[in-house]
Amino acid sequence: MTAETLVLLALGVPFLGGLSVLFSGPGSANVRDGLTVITSIILFCIVWQLIQIVDAGGRPTVTLLQMIPGLSLTLSLEPLGMIFAGVASFLWIVTSFYAFGYMRGHHEANQTRFFFCFAIAIMSALGIAFSGNMLTLFVFYEVLTISTFPLVTHSGTDEARRAGRVYLGILLGTSVTFLLTAMIWTYVEAGTLDFQKGGILEGNAPAGVIAILFGLYIYGIGKAALMPFHRWLPAAMVAPTPVSALLHAVAVVKAGVFSVVKVSVFIFGLDTLRDTGASTWLAYVAAITILLSSIIAMRQDNLKARLAYSTISQLSYVVLGAMLASNIGAMGSTMHIVMHAFGKITLFFCAGAIIVFAHKTEISDMHGLGRKMPVTFFCFFVASLSIIGLPPLGGVWSKWYIALAAAETDQIIFIAVLMISSLLNIAYLMPLVLYGYFGKEKPADTHSHGDDHSHHHAPPNHSMLKHLTFGRPGIAEAPIMCLAPIVLTTIGCFALFFYADRIRLFLTPVFGG
Amino acid sequence: MTFLSLNMSVLAVIVPLMAAPICVLLRHSGLAWAWATAIAGITFVLSIGLLQHIMANGTLVYEMGGWDGPWGIVYHIDEVSALVVMIVAAIAAVVMPYAKLSIEREIPKERHYLVYCMFLLCMAGLIGMAVTGDAFNLFVFLEVSSLSSYVLISLGNDRRALTASLRYLIIGTLGATFYVIGLGMIYMMTGSLNMTDLATSLPEVQDTQTIHVAFAFVIIGFGLKLALFPLHIWLPNAYTYAPSAVTAFLAATATKVAVYAMLRLIYTVFGDVNPFETYGLRGVMIALALLGMFAGSLLAIFQTNVKRLLAYSSIAQVGYMVLGISIGNAIALEGGIIHMFNHALMKGGLFMAMGCVFYMVGSTDLKDMAGMGKRMPLTAAAFVIGGFALVGTPLTVGFISKFYLVQGALAEGWWPIAFMIMFASLLAVIYVWRVVEVMYFQKPADGDLSYNEAPIAMLIPTYVLIGAAVYFGTDATLTSEISLNAAQTLLGGSK
Repeated sequence: MTAETLVLLALGVPFLGGLSVLFSGPGSANVRDGLTVITSIILFCIVWQLIQIVDAGGRPTVTLLQMIPGLSLTLSLEPLGMIFAGVASFLWIVTSFYAFGYMRGHHEANQTRFFFCFAIAIMSALGIAFSGNMLTLFVFYEVLTISTFPLVTHSGTDEARRAGRVYLGILLGTSVTFLLTAMIWTYVEAGTLDFQKGGILEGNAPAGVIAILFGLYIYGIGKAALMPFHRWLPAAMVAPTPVSALLHAVAVVKAGVFSVVKVSVFIFGLDTLRDTGASTWLAYVAAITILLSSIIAMRQDNLKARLAYSTISQLSYVVLGAMLASNIGAMGSTMHIVMHAFGKITLFFCAGAIIVFAHKTEISDMHGLGRKMPVTFFCFFVASLSIIGLPPLGGVWSKWYIALAAAETDQIIFIAVLMISSLLNIAYLMPLVLYGYFGKEKPADTHSHGDDHSHHHAPPNHSMLKHLTFGRPGIAEAPIMCLAPIVLTTIGCFALFFYADRIRLFLTPVFGG
Repeated sequence: MTFLSLNMSVLAVIVPLMAAPICVLLRHSGLAWAWATAIAGITFVLSIGLLQHIMANGTLVYEMGGWDGPWGIVYHIDEVSALVVMIVAAIAAVVMPYAKLSIEREIPKERHYLVYCMFLLCMAGLIGMAVTGDAFNLFVFLEVSSLSSYVLISLGNDRRALTASLRYLIIGTLGATFYVIGLGMIYMMTGSLNMTDLATSLPEVQDTQTIHVAFAFVIIGFGLKLALFPLHIWLPNAYTYAPSAVTAFLAATATKVAVYAMLRLIYTVFGDVNPFETYGLRGVMIALALLGMFAGSLLAIFQTNVKRLLAYSSIAQVGYMVLGISIGNAIALEGGIIHMFNHALMKGGLFMAMGCVFYMVGSTDLKDMAGMGKRMPLTAAAFVIGGFALVGTPLTVGFISKFYLVQGALAEGWWPIAFMIMFASLLAVIYVWRVVEVMYFQKPADGDLSYNEAPIAMLIPTYVLIGAAVYFGTDATLTSEISLNAAQTLLGGSK
């Protein structure tokens, strides 16, 4: 099988998988879940093959269709995109297992539509990762927005509908007004939209135009959640937790920051950015976003909302790394896409397990819960350490490289920002763990069941959906279908500490040694 | 050159024109429909042949009765004309099969033959406007199409259709009269009615007061017909209360042909005068186009009837076309022209989707759209896709149009206009989304969510247009080539 066929398959498999889920009918939940899992595993195998090919120096390119003369939908693989594709497709497998347990445990309706949209969203994320020019990236970016809308509004309540409006309004609004304009403007100036190493704008446009264009791109990519266009992410938290976990901690937001890095490196070129200073003010915006959203996160009592603001803050690490306009910084950014993905998905998985199997959504209600769900809370603890950036966990490396870039470019203030942010991370992530293990359990009241979870008390009758007790009294851990993915991603956080250098080597063709 | 390719230009007008009275003779509803459908199909085939011929061989000049211009009436067909003829014929060929059920539901049986007769007449008039190279002949065909469309609109089953039709009659006649007054003055100054002839003789008298006034008259005349803001007031009611099939056809074609006529006046008849510069027309037109884009979209947001909402959206979309014409470089003009085609596809498809709803529910009020996502999933999906095209989402035709328009504005360095185009698309998101939300999130008052889809005979034509709106959005090589050629021909004439 040629590399080009594999590229097409990588987009085709989730699409066909989604279709087969759609047509397998609502009656056969097992068939549907089986299909999703099988699709995700096949997809990861394909992506893994492609990663090998790219690592060996291959750059397969496929033109999907010629839209108008000079503009085409083209897929072209390079290491940066493969990192994102690898993370998204690997975590999809894990999430499929998790969603299987979560959605049934939660008795969600319309699960077929859910899994279909999910598959399409993954396909678009891969399309973004593989895109060979800005137009392709834009097209898949919009498909991703639209395919995730039904997931955000899944419950169909008024609250979900309002959140859906914010979600669509900000993401479509920024992408149409800023990103599309920037894209067409680039085409007018450069005569092409192809991603090229070193950028396509240097020498083709005056410095002033480059600065304006860069601002338009960075704010046009609303999925990167740079303030003040971050509101959609907390709003999207009304979605079921697997969506929040994979899409709003990995696929969608990472598609955003990935696009930021991609545009910085392949449309503008880091050298051009440094010479024109187009990115300097955005580095400060990113720094402000990092600090402000961490502070907002501290004030959130709802666990998912707190994690959402934490994500906004962490996304700006990636943006900051790119805005420093140095190779090391951009590499740190790319690495942070991986590191944060594993850390944050673990946190969301834990949050989901707590919501479904302990029926708690507010942090203040979770006192003492760690004694009941020790494994979940331990995983939460480890993933938090990775987010904070402590060894021996993956998160330390990306932070290290970004700080190194700040030092290299003589912008010491950003090192201070990173350090303060780490402290803030501790302040908003650790209390949950501390109170969970050592806090005094509150007397049970109806309030603690959240708004709409109280009727979900019927115990799931599937053997894999039973609470794990490990044969001990007082322990009611999430069932194995939820717990196994949590443990797996936690191990991932740990393993990444040791494999970070392999990622750096893989990225060498883009960022140099 | 064979007989057919030589006469294709005139056949595209003659066939529907001659066929129309036969509908009256046939009387029987089904027969008249079959006849009109067949004629629409034949005209469509002819129009495709004509377009291919023009693309291969360039401009075609046909002299009526062998009298050559400027004395005889001349048909002058270049890429733009051929494209517009093709749009009209294609939409007619798709709407006719759809019309049967829709018209049976909305119009008393004894008047069916009238509908089909007027439909063919209107089509002949519109095609005639596109092919003629004679300025007075343009007026004749304008009246043929207008009068028949007044009748078509008045046949709507809502009593308000009558006042809507009357209002359109008054304003439309004003427009046509303005045009004739202006044309009279031009004739007085130049002694000619042939467009190419006028193009050479007008520059000599371009600075006379008479020609100034004449120009104002003809532009305002067609400004009324194409519903250029603020001359649009006839349009919303006319589109809302006309029978569904009629709305679909008129919305997709009538304003486009008026835009074409204005294009012809500015770029061919007054081409060497360059009215954008000499008369300072550009600023006015761009301002009105932008105003129309925003006012139309804003008004659309507040409508409670979906047909009316789409009508206001049409006013906005006409703004895009006029904007493309007035920016004046080849890329923007290409955008304006391609948007005529693209908008015909999407708006035709959207109005047909609404026709399907009206067929099943008997209303197009927004509140009656509740639960359509479950009750009529295919129709609702068609509306969503068409809505995406209106917004200008990539992989739909709307994206292609906007791509060229914005590129054209930026090429002139007019980035505020580029941003305004984008902001106006955002307004489109809002009005499309209002409908989508009601269709997918609201439960109907009676709670009935059972599957109740429109008949397949109506769905297929709807999906033909919606499908085309997606197809030509993913592969626009053909349409962009045609419109680029058209734009270059038009600009070549003005240099």
